[in-house]
Amino acid sequence: MPKPLRRFLRNPGALVGLGLFLFLALVALLGPAFVGDPLAQNLPERLQPPGPDHALGTDQLGRDVLARVVHGARISLGVGFGVVLLASFLGVAVGLLAGGLGGFWDNLLMRITDIFFAFPTLILAMAIAAALGPNLVNTVIAVALVSWPIYARLVRAQALALREREFVEAARALGAGWGRILLKHLLPNSLTPVLVQASYEVGAAILTAAGLSFIGFGAQPPTPEWGAMVAETRNYMAEAPWAATAPAVAILLTVLAFNLIGDGLRDALDPRGH
Amino acid sequence: MAAYLLRRLAYALLVGLGITAITFFISQVIPIDPAAAALGENAREEQIREFRERYGLDKPILVQYGLYLQRLLRLDLGRSLRTGRPVAEDLKEFFPATLELALAAFLVALALGLPAGIWAALRQNRPPDLLVRFLALLLGSTPVFFLAILLLDLLHRRLGLLPGPGRLDPFLIPPPVVTGITTLDALLAGDWAAFKDALAHLVLPAFVLGSASAALLARMVRAAMLEVLFQDYIRTAWAKGLPERLVVFRHALKNAALPVLTLLGGLLGGLLSGAVLTETIFSWPGLGRYVTQSATSLDFPAVMGVTLLVGLVYSLLNLLVDLLYALLDPRIRYA
Repeated sequence: MPKPLRRFLRNPGALVGLGLFLFLALVALLGPAFVGDPLAQNLPERLQPPGPDHALGTDQLGRDVLARVVHGARISLGVGFGVVLLASFLGVAVGLLAGGLGGFWDNLLMRITDIFFAFPTLILAMAIAAALGPNLVNTVIAVALVSWPIYARLVRAQALALREREFVEAARALGAGWGRILLKHLLPNSLTPVLVQASYEVGAAILTAAGLSFIGFGAQPPTPEWGAMVAETRNYMAEAPWAATAPAVAILLTVLAFNLIGDGLRDALDPRGH
Repeated sequence: MAAYLLRRLAYALLVGLGITAITFFISQVIPIDPAAAALGENAREEQIREFRERYGLDKPILVQYGLYLQRLLRLDLGRSLRTGRPVAEDLKEFFPATLELALAAFLVALALGLPAGIWAALRQNRPPDLLVRFLALLLGSTPVFFLAILLLDLLHRRLGLLPGPGRLDPFLIPPPVVTGITTLDALLAGDWAAFKDALAHLVLPAFVLGSASAALLARMVRAAMLEVLFQDYIRTAWAKGLPERLVVFRHALKNAALPVLTLLGGLLGGLLSGAVLTETIFSWPGLGRYVTQSATSLDFPAVMGVTLLVGLVYSLLNLLVDLLYALLDPRIRYA
């Protein structure tokens, strides 16, 4: 077993995070087959407390909270991974070009990155989501557009350092073109910090997307998106606190899982702490 | 130092210009015709043409950007479609409330995060450390909007310990507006009742907004302290028999402060822009609530105005931190 993997698996926090994530992934994949319709309303049974019929109670329209939370897992995990895939692709490309080419291009690309860094995340995401129209796909695009700069910075720093190493020089001496050097030599060796950052960012993206949905710029009701669910049920905290609490706890556990995995990966891959 | 200062200023200007370019670009891709939006549905053909000519909407896009910059220099951010007032005036009205909330949240973050981080580092891997790390992880993973709803329900509605949303009891006469920061205005007016009430209204939203930053800060301070605590000069300080207070505050904290300082600028900037959710839930009349309401009614001049303002303030804060950093650490100046 490779050393970093062993270190990761010996870290109790990382294991809790991994277990939590596997559980959530399982719920997202298989859960919807085992619960009822998340959109089915049943007004006579509105605001029922958790019980044998409804494990997490019902909301103000008599919908089963458990069914909605389970279906929401698919949405939130999808949004989180969608954002990270899109943002890391964009950021890695920019960072690789900047660090690999150096000079003028490095300067230009990194100044653009700085500008995006300076923007208030949620406000810019809100502006983009409002301009594109509020729905889930646009939420993913908006959050990705505000979260790529961190990858660009990480990869650029790696690429800059790697550029001077002997193996890159050897490749250049053997006549490798810059495209080959970027993709075959710099890219694979720059990905470690990206992996650590990406695991934190899945959680961050889920939080941002839930926040956007909460104020109405993401998933729209009656979509069982966790942020939108909290927004829909927040006025019933007095008589039915479970309706808002269940999706909120789901968000918390998901973000917690990715934070724990991120910490574990960082400790496992960064030899400095050992 | 002068060369560094100049370079850093020129660079901040560049970033500021870039921010304007992006806000301009977003306002270009919006599928709404600004002329039709500003004049309403019943505008006549020639009115629209005149509007387009007046604002240069018929010119090439680079010329339009130039005109946009010219208007910005005159602090003309356009007119809000929702409030019907110049956006600059709206910003002036709503910014103080956000500033008050962000500063209070910043204090909360410092008051909780700093001692927690130091304490955790001093008791590494023992119960205090584990407790701080657990709480930091938990707070950092909690959706801020739910924390707000939960605490409002608990501390305001159920226990009645703290006032609910808003800045001031509606039955109180608000102090005359001087700074726009209600607590400060109440103090300036010598109105103790208003001050106490405004302060009580500030507690919950400031805690909600500051909690995630406190968690982040605690983690950063802990890491920075741990880097320092195992250095030789700290061992020497212990060996000399110095009391813990001196070792921690005079020797360790001073050197751990530098990496934490870089974080603080970004933290305050983040609080200024992160207030969107908190302000919405607490009916706090600041920029966050303003921008949310504006975006809901597709009032893009207002949204772009807020984005621009917060982006510029954020870069300015980072500039200040960088300068402070250079002032404290000579290595940076001469690099």
